Amino acid sequence: MQALTNRVKVVERKPMTFMERTYLPGIFKGMMITFGHMFKKKPTVNYPEKTRPFSAVFRGLHVLNRDEEGRERCTACGLCAVACPAEAITMEAAERLPGEEKLYREEKYAVKYEINMLRCIFCGLCEEACPKDAIYLSETFAPSNFTRKGFIYGKEELLIPDPVMEPEAYAKARGEHVVKTSDPAAK
Amino acid sequence: MADAPKLFKVTIDNITIDVEPGTSILQAARKIGGDVAPPAMCYYTKLKGSGGKCRTCLVEVAAGSTADPRPMPKLVASCRTNVMDGMVVKNITSEKVIDARNGIVEFLLINHPLDCPICDQAGECHLQDLSYEHGKESTRYEFPRRTFEKHDLGPYIQLHMTRCILCYRCVFTADQLTEKREHGVLDRGDHSEIATYIQKSLHNDFIGNVIDVCPVGALTDKTFRFKNRVWFLKPVDAHRNCSHPKCNGKVTLWYRGEEVFRVTARKDQWGEVEDWICNECRFEKKKTADWEIEGPTKVSRHSVISQGHYVGVQRPKEVLNEVMGGRAPKLLMDIHSVSEVNNPAIDLSEIEGPAHSTDFKTDNKR
Repeated sequence: MQALTNRVKVVERKPMTFMERTYLPGIFKGMMITFGHMFKKKPTVNYPEKTRPFSAVFRGLHVLNRDEEGRERCTACGLCAVACPAEAITMEAAERLPGEEKLYREEKYAVKYEINMLRCIFCGLCEEACPKDAIYLSETFAPSNFTRKGFIYGKEELLIPDPVMEPEAYAKARGEHVVKTSDPAAK
Repeated sequence: MADAPKLFKVTIDNITIDVEPGTSILQAARKIGGDVAPPAMCYYTKLKGSGGKCRTCLVEVAAGSTADPRPMPKLVASCRTNVMDGMVVKNITSEKVIDARNGIVEFLLINHPLDCPICDQAGECHLQDLSYEHGKESTRYEFPRRTFEKHDLGPYIQLHMTRCILCYRCVFTADQLTEKREHGVLDRGDHSEIATYIQKSLHNDFIGNVIDVCPVGALTDKTFRFKNRVWFLKPVDAHRNCSHPKCNGKVTLWYRGEEVFRVTARKDQWGEVEDWICNECRFEKKKTADWEIEGPTKVSRHSVISQGHYVGVQRPKEVLNEVMGGRAPKLLMDIHSVSEVNNPAIDLSEIEGPAHSTDFKTDNKR
């Protein structure tokens, strides 16, 4: 058969020499590689004590964003749900009552907002579709769970902490990457 | 004399068609159909006197008629200009028309709040379609947009005056369909607004049709307000024997699952109502039992409303029970036991007006 590449190596079936028959050079050669690795830098990361940096385009668990005053940005327009290829997002809308202006940014808001993390494929199309900058894919993984029930994420799980009331939790939820880019001193 | 009247030959965008004398250019173009038909925001075939206000249907007349083939000096509103024999009209083939239309859209959007994410009309809004086709990406307008004091038009109709483009369709509808018009355009110029003079609720019979004729989201159905987005609903044609003598009860029901979220009149390909429906049909009959279903409404494949409607899909035969010897498969998780959305115990469609946070207080918590 004609060789398809020039990487073909013809195996020679010569009888082994005496040194080869002792196997010792082969063993030493192999052990050198093994010992050599002992002095190299360890590639293992002790997760979760240490975490590896995420890439800038990493798409993790969703967060529902708030504006600077702590009002929910989502208006339940349904564009994320219509963009979702896995049909993982569902929501129910309600009208803002007088007195709720500090809670919700617009006249209409999502009173129920759910993402089925079993269905979600983390494609980020919801983030792209959102006209109100309300949904973001953060830099955290969806934690594992023993039951299927734990993967239906409601508003309690998704909503970012209030930036006015709990600024630390808010910064943490936004993730390191987001803080870095918004801080000009870090560049 | 000849029985058949002489037909006029009109050429619109290089397509020639014979139409009866007295036809408007818009109607002639609609007879050809497709992209040739100019968009219309204020003109409504079924409303006498409508048209001529929004200027979106402007066309160029390259030759007035065979008798007088001079071109018309300015662009004309095609809904209010009748055809002449031998008239040559340019719509989408004319640079001038496209340019003018872009300008008109910019004008229409000057005071428009662009709150489409909130607006119930989004997805079936003519202004949305128009600005998608002709609009710019951003506005050049630097001044605060026009705002209004909120007018309450009663339990059925929600008025958002900021979204209004003053097409007057609703005024004509109230004039021509109801016994007594109770709303109109108050004030002049920049201050003009749709309102009742002293805050009154509109509850004339047939007044609900103003919701359907409104090309934008200025007049929307309060019983459907914020309940769902139109593209998640499934339109189904239905009819009932309406006791009202002027209403023939032919409607479109908008379903979500088993619930009827809203009832509208059927609309033709130009977005115009086919038959007016009465208030009872529109606002009070929101149960499947009230209606005789005819079948799914044909929705254009390019409309957002057709998303997620898998037309013509044959459900595969359920063989699992057969294979398992009659036993039903064990359901690992019923989504309703976890999910709070689309709760079968709560019928959103039965809440009067928009839902509020108080409506969800009594929810079953998991």
